[in-house]
Amino acid sequence: MATVILPRSLVSLIPGTQRSTDVEAATVAEAIDRLDEQTPGIRNRLVDSGPMIRQHINVYVDSQPAELDTPVAAGSTIHIIPAVSGG
Amino acid sequence: MTRTMLLIGTSKGAFILDGDADRASWSLRGPLCEGWPIHDLQWDPATGSIYAGGGSIWYGPAVFRSDDLGKTWSHSSEGITYGDDGPKIPTVWNVTPAHGSIYAGVEPAGLFRSEDGGANWSHVGGLREHPSRPDWQPGAGGLICHTIVPHPTEAEKMWVAISAVGTFATEDGGTTWEARNQGVINCNSPDPYPETGQCVHKLVMAAGHPDRFYQQNHCGVYRSTDGGKQWQDISAGLVSEFGFVFGAHPRDPATGWVIPLSHPEEGRYAPGGSLGVWRTTDSGDSWRRHGEGLPQENAFVGVFREAMAVDRLDPVGVFFGTSTGQLYGSADEGETWSVVAENLPPIWGVEAVAVD
Repeated sequence: MATVILPRSLVSLIPGTQRSTDVEAATVAEAIDRLDEQTPGIRNRLVDSGPMIRQHINVYVDSQPAELDTPVAAGSTIHIIPAVSGG
Repeated sequence: MTRTMLLIGTSKGAFILDGDADRASWSLRGPLCEGWPIHDLQWDPATGSIYAGGGSIWYGPAVFRSDDLGKTWSHSSEGITYGDDGPKIPTVWNVTPAHGSIYAGVEPAGLFRSEDGGANWSHVGGLREHPSRPDWQPGAGGLICHTIVPHPTEAEKMWVAISAVGTFATEDGGTTWEARNQGVINCNSPDPYPETGQCVHKLVMAAGHPDRFYQQNHCGVYRSTDGGKQWQDISAGLVSEFGFVFGAHPRDPATGWVIPLSHPEEGRYAPGGSLGVWRTTDSGDSWRRHGEGLPQENAFVGVFREAMAVDRLDPVGVFFGTSTGQLYGSADEGETWSVVAENLPPIWGVEAVAVD
């Protein structure tokens, strides 16, 4: 199992999500798919056409910058963090 | 007793102003939609739902929906995509219920339709298949499909407005589209009357006349009496040809309101810092300025394209929001004005709804 840590703004946006969720996944993409199965719509908030992670969303696996195809190991922690953007 | 509810889209969330029966007292709710930038809110009279279109820099485009007058909201963008190989869609600019469907205009310019109340969307691809599409250019706000005008009774007929491209019409439910810009000048082109490239800012249908339209364009105010096939400049008498909004009277097809702004390369604010709303009661043959109750000096405010609304009461209420967060209203068809709300974020959209 890997642990996905979601930002507060996403938990507020999508009912049923939690700040910390354990999922079975081999990649970041699979982890997001598992989340989307539990709370439909979350993938669209994180993944743009391409597919790729949205431009202003940063994903880290065990504190290292990650993309959709980044491997995830048992016990990994996936942080999903909004970029410092806006005005 | 019927009252007016104002739906307000801003750069930092949606807001709702609940008015009393006299439109004299207002109470504010919000920010709604999680503080997302919201370009447009619309009320679906068939279902009582409110739809809000916008986009988050972090989380992408979405259409929000409320079935309880704005107390709770859901959202979706499922299907609002040009595909993995297509351009990315950052935001929704317009959401319009019509004939049981919901339509969304997006950036970059395109049209989507939902048959299930906004949960799932499909691309109305015919618009982007228009032969002029390789030449489409963005305006200052982007290449955006910002206005959707459905025919009131014939579901297969619809008009859309795209900046900086022009007006298009379909008569077959969106399969094919025709550019409808003849007579509209493109003052930023060496060819003043191209087929497309006109920067339409707002397109409205006259009450009870599905072939009669008005538009506020980058380069003037226009009317059409044949469904947009030919346009006539009706800017004479206005302080400026430039502006964004056009409000159409809900019952009188000859009455409408515009807010001229200073030249597009000279600020785009109330000319001379004096804010005025100009009304026509003869289809644009003449205009009269109304500024009573509005700031007449040192008001260097702008008014964006979706930020004027009219209600359906008698006399008609007219409302507009500014780029600096003031919302003004008139309960006497634009003769006199007063402040409805202040200190909001920059206002992008205003819609007036009659609630029983």
